[in-house]
Amino acid sequence: MSQNQNTNIDEGDAPSVKKPLKNRSRSGLLEFFGSMNLAITLLVAVAIAAVIGTVLQQGLPYKDYIVKFGPFWFDVFKELGLYNIYGSAWFLTIVAFLLTSTAVCIYRNAPIIYRDMTHFRVNVQEKSLRAFHLKAQWVANHSSEDTLKIALAYLKSRGYRIHQKAHEKHTVVAAMKGEANRLGYLFTHAAIVVICIGALIDSNIPLKIAEFRGEVQPETRNIDARQVPEVSRLSAAENSAFRGNISLPEKTYTDFVNLYVGEGYLIQELPFTIKLQDFRIEHYASGQPKSFESDLIISAPNRPPLMQTIAVNHPLSYDGYTIYQSGFGDGGSLLHLNVWPLDRSATSAPETVKVAVYDSEPLQLESVTLSLELGDFRRNNIQPVTAAQEDGDGPKFQDIGPSFTFKLRRPDGRAREFLNYMAPVLRNGRYYFLSGVRDSVAEEFHYLAVPVDEQGGMTRFMHLLELLHNPRQVSEAALRAANHFLHETQIDGELLPNSVARSIERLVTLFATGGFGAVTDHVLSTVPEPRQEEVGSAYVRLLRSALKNLYIDVLVREGLAPEVGLSNAEKQFFDDAVNAIDGISPFGAPAFLQLARYEEIQASNLQVTVAPGRDTVYVGCVLLVVGIFMLFYLSHRRLWVMVTQGESGQTRVVFAGSGNRNTADFEQEFEAMRADLKKHSSTQDGA
Amino acid sequence: MPTSTETVLDKFEKPPFYKSLGAYDWVWAVLIFLAGGQLFMRYAAQMETFDQGVLLGSLITLLIAGWAWKPIRTLSLIVSALSICAITLYKGDISNAEQVFALQYLISSQSAVMWMSALYVMATLAYLFALIASSQFTNRVASFMTWSATAMGLVGFMVRWYESYLLGADIGHIPVSNLYEVFILFAVIMGLLYLYYEDRFRTYTMGVFALAMISASVGFILWYTFGRGGTEIQPLVPALQSYWMKIHVPANFVGYGSFSLAAMLGAAYLLRASIARRNPHSVWLARLPELELLDDVMHKAIALGFAFFTVATVLGAFWAAEAWGNYWSWDPKETWALIVWLNYAAWMHMRLSKGWRGAPLAWWALIGLLVTLFAFLGVNMFLSGLHSYGEL
Ligand code: HEM
Repeated sequence: MSQNQNTNIDEGDAPSVKKPLKNRSRSGLLEFFGSMNLAITLLVAVAIAAVIGTVLQQGLPYKDYIVKFGPFWFDVFKELGLYNIYGSAWFLTIVAFLLTSTAVCIYRNAPIIYRDMTHFRVNVQEKSLRAFHLKAQWVANHSSEDTLKIALAYLKSRGYRIHQKAHEKHTVVAAMKGEANRLGYLFTHAAIVVICIGALIDSNIPLKIAEFRGEVQPETRNIDARQVPEVSRLSAAENSAFRGNISLPEKTYTDFVNLYVGEGYLIQELPFTIKLQDFRIEHYASGQPKSFESDLIISAPNRPPLMQTIAVNHPLSYDGYTIYQSGFGDGGSLLHLNVWPLDRSATSAPETVKVAVYDSEPLQLESVTLSLELGDFRRNNIQPVTAAQEDGDGPKFQDIGPSFTFKLRRPDGRAREFLNYMAPVLRNGRYYFLSGVRDSVAEEFHYLAVPVDEQGGMTRFMHLLELLHNPRQVSEAALRAANHFLHETQIDGELLPNSVARSIERLVTLFATGGFGAVTDHVLSTVPEPRQEEVGSAYVRLLRSALKNLYIDVLVREGLAPEVGLSNAEKQFFDDAVNAIDGISPFGAPAFLQLARYEEIQASNLQVTVAPGRDTVYVGCVLLVVGIFMLFYLSHRRLWVMVTQGESGQTRVVFAGSGNRNTADFEQEFEAMRADLKKHSSTQDGA
Repeated sequence: MPTSTETVLDKFEKPPFYKSLGAYDWVWAVLIFLAGGQLFMRYAAQMETFDQGVLLGSLITLLIAGWAWKPIRTLSLIVSALSICAITLYKGDISNAEQVFALQYLISSQSAVMWMSALYVMATLAYLFALIASSQFTNRVASFMTWSATAMGLVGFMVRWYESYLLGADIGHIPVSNLYEVFILFAVIMGLLYLYYEDRFRTYTMGVFALAMISASVGFILWYTFGRGGTEIQPLVPALQSYWMKIHVPANFVGYGSFSLAAMLGAAYLLRASIARRNPHSVWLARLPELELLDDVMHKAIALGFAFFTVATVLGAFWAAEAWGNYWSWDPKETWALIVWLNYAAWMHMRLSKGWRGAPLAWWALIGLLVTLFAFLGVNMFLSGLHSYGEL
């Protein structure tokens, strides 16, 4: 296989580039497995499989693939095992072939390499030395004995190991160095075999077979771990290599982890329990997590419990199990929510519900009963301080406080997603309670912004909303608005206050249920086109006047005295409130859920692994690195000095060399040595 | 004549290694020793054992590197002097970057990187001019510029490292954590690799090819700086807070740098071969590097890259076992590293065992660059995975 001259020079042979392995090989099978073409094909095959594995994202839920490829290609790709390539039978087969091929290669080359490293080839003949690429000859002035001595000393001083043999007419000094280069070949290729074996151990083939034969079946339902049937459970003794995950809330413990396989999961039992005593997370000023760590207590029967803190990059080893900090999440924090109805049942005294994160709860409202499904809870929301707020050297980031997401699902199954902030959020210089809504994850959230009252709450706004849906209050406010209107325009007599008031009342009702949009629709459908704009703006003025009367009623009830006129802040609040009410209809939820209080429970995501092949892989890795450096940075070099005592008494020297790497460097070295040797062996008296 | 033979033999006594070291080499050793002593005295208490190991290893590597390739000594001393200068001028306050003249225009990390960029681009043009005009003087100027650019790049790297600590003790880290930073590393490493071969083979002819690639990465740095404003120092996510990063990433970039150099030499090979085919008497042939030289250096670069890439991947596996819970996760970056590695393994088998030489291997090295680039950049752009630290 190798073009290396060393391998090919047998005593007496001229160096040739023939392929001795082929001649030696006895079995066609070995020939096949050990062939370089197969090796390169396999390397390329692994590379191609790896490319596919990265281009096609691995291990997604099947439904994602169906969406992507359609049912036909989905099936084709599934049969080809493309969703979990590295665990597929064909990929493992390629790896097995690669392993065999490399092993055969070692098997066949090792004896040759051994010989190459140990044989000095002192029987080489002059004719073959003359055929070398690097060769020289000269006549020495010393006796052949002295010349040999000089050659020996010289080659030794250059770090060569030496063998010498006297033949009938001549003596051969054979020298070499850098034999370890050849070991490098063995190391690198043995390393590939060792690494593959370690990896195969860790890929847990027995489990794959059990799964294939149906003795083990993944659970696909989302049920309590205790209810998972036996066929989806693996006892602690049963599995030799695995990688499992668990999300553990604070103060709870587990004696199993989940193994995600295909479309479901298996329960892998552990021979100990892991309790999460405490979980801590620290953030940078920018809000990115800086570190997170868990205090764990590991208890096994008949052993004192072990307390240890783990963090990212600092796992815990226990009995061949390794426990990692892989992430964090919410462990079911309890949220206390104020439910403010936004419809006819609006009230200034909300009900409260208590829901745990990731739980759901029926939400009874006047018009419908919705299912409230709590999503995530975040205690901190760190945002960059905007340029407008920034005052010189102040902090660059601020925490705008907790937020949570949830879905409201209608009886027909449709749901919208919401994102609410607990604390009021600054927008255009004023604070609002924000609730965002969207129909799908692809959309941005649209926010309903409820202005904050003087007490820092939502009560005033909800009070206004309550009055807006109270017919008696509305007609009173409308009558006042009508009187005011007639007084201002001085057209009493022509129109009766009551009929004007009724029109205003209708406008208010339209607005309460559909915002300005409903009022506009009303104008468009009842007023002839030329007058639409004029009437429309008159309507809006009347409507705002009535709304303001309602607002004044709210303020009076709060014990404020609006006779002196509204303060600027109160006017601003009114405008914001009107905008918010206008936004209720597109907001599309019958209630605003305000986070009143929370009890946070964090969860630590742990990963537990058993990898019995790991040390094997590591040994292989070290072997690989050492081998590669030996292979690349040592060069196996051979030199021969053949000294012949000629008939006429002169001493003839033939010098030749071969090296298997960096031939250019060796050529230089050879040239320098030749000059040295020639000089020293032909000097008269050591000068 | 036994006596004379004895005297001859005496001459062969190999002088002990220390005799081959000159005065500068000893000064170099003493300086490294003193600097190392200072560092350990000042900072050992704040370092983990592993970090101390990394520091000690770096000092020893630097010592040996300086002995083995002499210009490293002067380069390191200049880089150290400028970096210490910058650190002193900062007086512990990051805002001095915009207030102190020398920092603002010379040696704050961003300015140093700008100098590096300018010098590399100028060096590229100078090598090109030297090639066209066949001017040895211009070649020497170009080489000097390349050295200067590399020095400035290293200063930028060191000072940025320091600056990160000025932003907060918990933010400080070696600047190899995002694309802007690793491109600087890439340019500098490729610069050093090229300079090594230039010095070793005493030829400037490969300069324009190597520098063209470095200029391309400078282009990227400039785009990232001005087009994306992506030069800010970001704190590390927990997974990256590990001593492994200090060796894993630089080792990878020695690999990327070598492979890129090999590809550029492959391009030079193909160019020369095609000119020679069309016109065997072309004047360009005297100016372009020899085919044998290109073939040899290309092979050396790929071998070096392969060795370092192997080390980097193995270290990556050790690190992954600590951070992600498994030594191999088939994460896209990891997988592409394997693909790159397999590609060059096949390349070497073809050369060594099948005896391929010349043009086919040059083409392969060039195509290998695409594979390498995809592993380096494409994965960050198109694939998502655990390695999603330097997104584009
Ligand atoms: C993943 C699998 C393999 C890897 C990573 C690998 C790697 C290497 C490397 C790095 C070299 C050194 C090349 C050089 O010195 O430029 C090499 C040489 C060699 N490889 Fe492989 N190899 C693999 C599989 C195989 C297989 C399966 C065979 C057998 C058909 C093989 C046969 C050889 C031979 C004969 C040499 C030349 C050794 C010498 O004379 O120095 N390799 N290999």
